[in-house]
Amino acid sequence: MKTNLDYLSEIHEPERPEIPYTTLNLGPTHPATHGIFQNVLKMDGERIVSGEQTIGYIHRAFEKIAERRPFYQITPLTDRMNYCSAPINNTGWMLTAEKLLKIKVPKRVDYMRVLVMELARITDHIICNSILGVDTGALTGFTYVYQWREFVYEIYEEICGARLTTNMGRIGGFERDFNPIVFEKTKKFLKEFPVIWKQFENLLSRNRIFMDRTIDTGAISVERALNYGFTGPNLRACGIDYDLRTAEPYCSYEDFEFDVPVGTTGDTYDRFVVRNEEIWQSLRIIEQALDKIEKMGPGEFHADNDHYYLPPKQEVYKNMEALIYHFKIIMGEIDAPVGEVYNAVEGANGELGFYLISDGGRTPYRLHFRRPCFIYYQAYPEIVKGQLLSDAIVVMSSLNVIAGELDA
Amino acid sequence: MRTLTKEQIEQHISDHLGSPLSITEDEYGIFNTTVPLKQLYQLILFLFKDEVLGFQFLTDICAVHYPDNKGNEFAVVYHLQSMQNKTRLRIKIFVPLEKPEVPTLTGIYASANWMERETYDFFGIQFLGHPNLKRILNMDEMSAFPMRKEYPLEDPTREDKADFQFGR
Repeated sequence: MKTNLDYLSEIHEPERPEIPYTTLNLGPTHPATHGIFQNVLKMDGERIVSGEQTIGYIHRAFEKIAERRPFYQITPLTDRMNYCSAPINNTGWMLTAEKLLKIKVPKRVDYMRVLVMELARITDHIICNSILGVDTGALTGFTYVYQWREFVYEIYEEICGARLTTNMGRIGGFERDFNPIVFEKTKKFLKEFPVIWKQFENLLSRNRIFMDRTIDTGAISVERALNYGFTGPNLRACGIDYDLRTAEPYCSYEDFEFDVPVGTTGDTYDRFVVRNEEIWQSLRIIEQALDKIEKMGPGEFHADNDHYYLPPKQEVYKNMEALIYHFKIIMGEIDAPVGEVYNAVEGANGELGFYLISDGGRTPYRLHFRRPCFIYYQAYPEIVKGQLLSDAIVVMSSLNVIAGELDA
Repeated sequence: MRTLTKEQIEQHISDHLGSPLSITEDEYGIFNTTVPLKQLYQLILFLFKDEVLGFQFLTDICAVHYPDNKGNEFAVVYHLQSMQNKTRLRIKIFVPLEKPEVPTLTGIYASANWMERETYDFFGIQFLGHPNLKRILNMDEMSAFPMRKEYPLEDPTREDKADFQFGR
């Protein structure tokens, strides 16, 4: 395996001062980049010679803010990172806190979390793939599948009351059990969404125009992808079957049967196909999770941890002890143990890690987010080098870079 | 699950690199080690190139500020991962406030580029040999390193949120 330096020293490009390069500012607010991204591109005609990204336009200092907040108040911060799949971020943070506090969660809660996380993964992939269609000129597919993202948000609404920035879950479980509408809607989703998604796939995956636009554009080799810290669907499109759900199972993922799709060339088309296949696998997981939850019957939806799980509201009004715990939890008065935890979940676009250092106070001493797209977006100039400007737009869209997560 | 034990890593490193390395496993199941600054680059280059260990994936770089730890104010934390062995390793180094200088890893991992820029941006750690060490998330004109503990999040003269108001 070559180091980065070995790789860079092998590239010898002749300087060609006779060519007048053009500098092109793509962004920061450009309709084709879906978010605030600035790329200063050096162009030779329509071909990209080199590029440099400027990021940080929506930096909100989450890491600094988190140092002053008790654990429950950090969950809304995680919503605002990858806002296309907020429940995965919430659950990742809950799992980190539970790991530090050594809370054991019942199986049923694990399955409920798996169900929610896979729904979130599907919405994230719907957004990424349908927008990729829009960027190559096919708006129709997008309008058809987007209503299913909306439908999933309705399911979130039934679970936690919120839609986009969900702030879902509690340390140890959920705030309430799934109501019958959740089951009903999830079943409807499982029945009707695959039909629409199949149509969408038929529209694009063997479409001549789409294939010409995406095959062999934005390819990256396995070695470079690993060196650049790629994770998630982008790494799997290069051919590495690395998925945290199977490599380091969390949330009882080992109880589920699913495949990890991989690509071969790591180009835009492969990333598209891998995401499509992941949607089918997620549907399989949801089906199994729903089955398992229903078999267990209603009941357990949180762990038994008085120090971090809010008591039922009726109790708070009648019972002194419940009132005390309610107050202590809301005000964040409970000291966490001393420790250092790194916990990662398979986010929709890669490994989402939380590095939490607790010094025994009520707030984290330091909390660092390992944001997947912050790390792999730096490969963008290398990927688009030598390609056309219109391809660069498609590549960016297929990498699934989310501005909120990039800038944290 | 994990296919390497800490003894295997220790043994392998002392066999090939000559210098001993002591690894501890914490209660959350991750291997930890703290190395002197001088050894860092050699060690990580070896971990990267070695076929048995194969730590070819850099998960994360971040820094932590301990203002009370005189002489070792900053910790720089590296999370490495060996995908073939499903093993994670956390390497820490400590550097003083007066001279926060660390060798860059951009020669080994391309992904280190932005992670190091982010660490510089927030903590002012100088990564020696970095090709483009400038601010990344904050604006270029900024003079402070905002994640250091001496910069409070809120206005320090404000009293309505002070601990004594809550009986803490």
